[in-house]
Amino acid sequence: MKFFGFAAGFAATLTLLSTTSAFAVTQISWWHAMTGANAEVVDKISKDFNASQSDYELVPVFKGTYPETLNAGIAAFRAGQAPDILQVFDVGTGVMMAAEGAIKPAADVLTSAGMTFDKSQYLSGIVGYYSKPDGTMLSFPYNSSSPILYYNKDIFQKAGLDVDNPPKTWNEVWEAAKKIKASGAASCGYTSTWLTWIHLENFAAWNDVSWATQQNGLAGGDVELKINAPIFVNHFQALADLAKDGTFKYGGRTSEAKQIFLAGECGIFTESSGGLGDIVKSGMNYGIGQLPYDTDAKGAPQNTTPGGASLWVFGNKSDEQYKGVAAFFAYLSKTDVQEYLHQKSGYLPVTLAAYEATKKSGFYDKNPGRETPILQMTGKAPTDNSKGVRLPNLPQVRDIQNEELEKMLAGQQTAQQALDNAVTRGNAAIKEALEN
Amino acid sequence: MAPQLAITLVFFYWPAGQALYQSMLRQDPFGLRTKFVWFANFRKVLADPAYLNSIKVTVVFSLATAIVAMGVALLLAVMAEKAVRGKGLYRTLLIWPYAVAPAIAGMLWLFLFNPSIGSLAYLLRSLGIAWDPLLNGTHAMILLVSAAAWKQISYNFLFFVAGLQAVPKTLIEAAAMDGAGETKRFWTIVFPLLAPTTFFLLVVNTVYALFDTFGIVHAVTGGGPGKTTETLVYKVYNDGFVNLILGDSAAQSVILMAIVIALTAIQFRYVERKVHYG
Repeated sequence: MKFFGFAAGFAATLTLLSTTSAFAVTQISWWHAMTGANAEVVDKISKDFNASQSDYELVPVFKGTYPETLNAGIAAFRAGQAPDILQVFDVGTGVMMAAEGAIKPAADVLTSAGMTFDKSQYLSGIVGYYSKPDGTMLSFPYNSSSPILYYNKDIFQKAGLDVDNPPKTWNEVWEAAKKIKASGAASCGYTSTWLTWIHLENFAAWNDVSWATQQNGLAGGDVELKINAPIFVNHFQALADLAKDGTFKYGGRTSEAKQIFLAGECGIFTESSGGLGDIVKSGMNYGIGQLPYDTDAKGAPQNTTPGGASLWVFGNKSDEQYKGVAAFFAYLSKTDVQEYLHQKSGYLPVTLAAYEATKKSGFYDKNPGRETPILQMTGKAPTDNSKGVRLPNLPQVRDIQNEELEKMLAGQQTAQQALDNAVTRGNAAIKEALEN
Repeated sequence: MAPQLAITLVFFYWPAGQALYQSMLRQDPFGLRTKFVWFANFRKVLADPAYLNSIKVTVVFSLATAIVAMGVALLLAVMAEKAVRGKGLYRTLLIWPYAVAPAIAGMLWLFLFNPSIGSLAYLLRSLGIAWDPLLNGTHAMILLVSAAAWKQISYNFLFFVAGLQAVPKTLIEAAAMDGAGETKRFWTIVFPLLAPTTFFLLVVNTVYALFDTFGIVHAVTGGGPGKTTETLVYKVYNDGFVNLILGDSAAQSVILMAIVIALTAIQFRYVERKVHYG
């Protein structure tokens, strides 16, 4: 099997080499992690870009899941074979930022190609997340998403809940979930994907409470987690209590819970806006609501933080290649391209013009709820608690959090113990990562 | 230079040397900042409670897998010997699962026991068992062991069938004439004569459970819930490729290399010698 993989790779390389020599254009390689409908979007955008000009040829290559793509990029860099553009997921942002010698900031790529980068044209919440503390944009936002609430209207009807008014606060979610379970409308009331992203990182931003010191790590330096504050403890204790009789059902660390919701087992569901495609495809009678907030929080709801991925440009490439990358980024920023990306994939548009154009086209009237993630992210100017989270080892810290939360949901520890452990272990891991 | 020597150098000694060197470095993922730290990574790994937990998990998992895989295979082999008609078909069917890739085997079991869509999970629930491998560590371990053992049963079955055929029929017949029942004949004659095969399989199965089950762990539990199913091999992957702590990960793989060398030595010294009846 290994041999076949090698042979196939070799054959593919040969083919690539032969096509390169056939055209006198600069090739720009783009390693990405998009699958299904989102992979079709990548292919179409690449094809259209290549057709729109004749100096550069963009070559998208699928490299596996998000972590696999990041690892492939890192391994290639170490071997001196880095691609021009690498798609890195939100969690890997801190990893890339710590590697200043390896990358070229997206803003520099654009300006050195003689283009200007006008920040005001872009959605500030998204661009801000991918910028250095001094404001230099490091990577180009490609697919951004935000967690929202989905609910099954048929189950709501059966449980006697208001089909047109999804729960707005977490307390309302708990009550609705109990009612769904008690009425027998479904075997479980509520489930969620990505507990770390939705119930810790976005929970903190949306309720305007601190996730960690140093502006959640964005300001750099010694970062300490704050996730064992009372508001988090109360929230997770409620979740743990509901898990005992199955009113809340755990699906897994990433997006596994989507299956539970799609199977009609649970009535309420929190998940990325990027997950909409599958729900639409399933033909469910669904509704969309804002991410719920905590009534104990004074500033809530504040704003949510972007998830998804951005495009990073590696350093030490030729001027010609950087010009090609800049041309692609400029193409990607065009209103019709952004409109296509947004409407086809469920990810957010990154430019204001694309957002306005989509609004004008009547897309949101026909697809209610599709505007929700944008309104959530841009509704208020972000505070120090809501610009996003950034750590050099966020994947590891999320793993630690998941482990402790799983123990809590299994009834082996209380929310206070789980979050205390997550803070202690997380802080130790962060400290060590900073020493490297 | 002989080609096999060149291949060994390139595909074994070079990467092994790299791993050894990397295990003494502390480095950021991109290799931009490197510090030589001698054995600090080893000290850190061996003092890490998560690593000690992983050793415990690996021992439990390997032993359980070996025992289940060998026990079931032996039972099936004995039954296959007894079959009068369709012996060949019966054997062929039992050998099939060996051709299934570990990750696929994992996915099969995951589908059967998935708490929300699995058919067997549904059955368990209707029997009143709160089956939840996503949160219950014991359930997750049972699921992993089942998948890993199922995959290995065919291999063990083959060896046991061969071993059973080598047991002299005259001995069994003589015992039967002396009035020994079937159970007695099995435990006093067949089983002791199978001992070399059993010992050989024990080593092979342990090595299999230790090193060849990454695909199953990755597909079924990903090391969770908590760290209840994080085996040593899975931890190497997780620390190196997910958490990007290359030094720790390399130190762990060097430790694993030492374990493999030790196991191979044991196998050569004892198993190879005893695998023939003497």
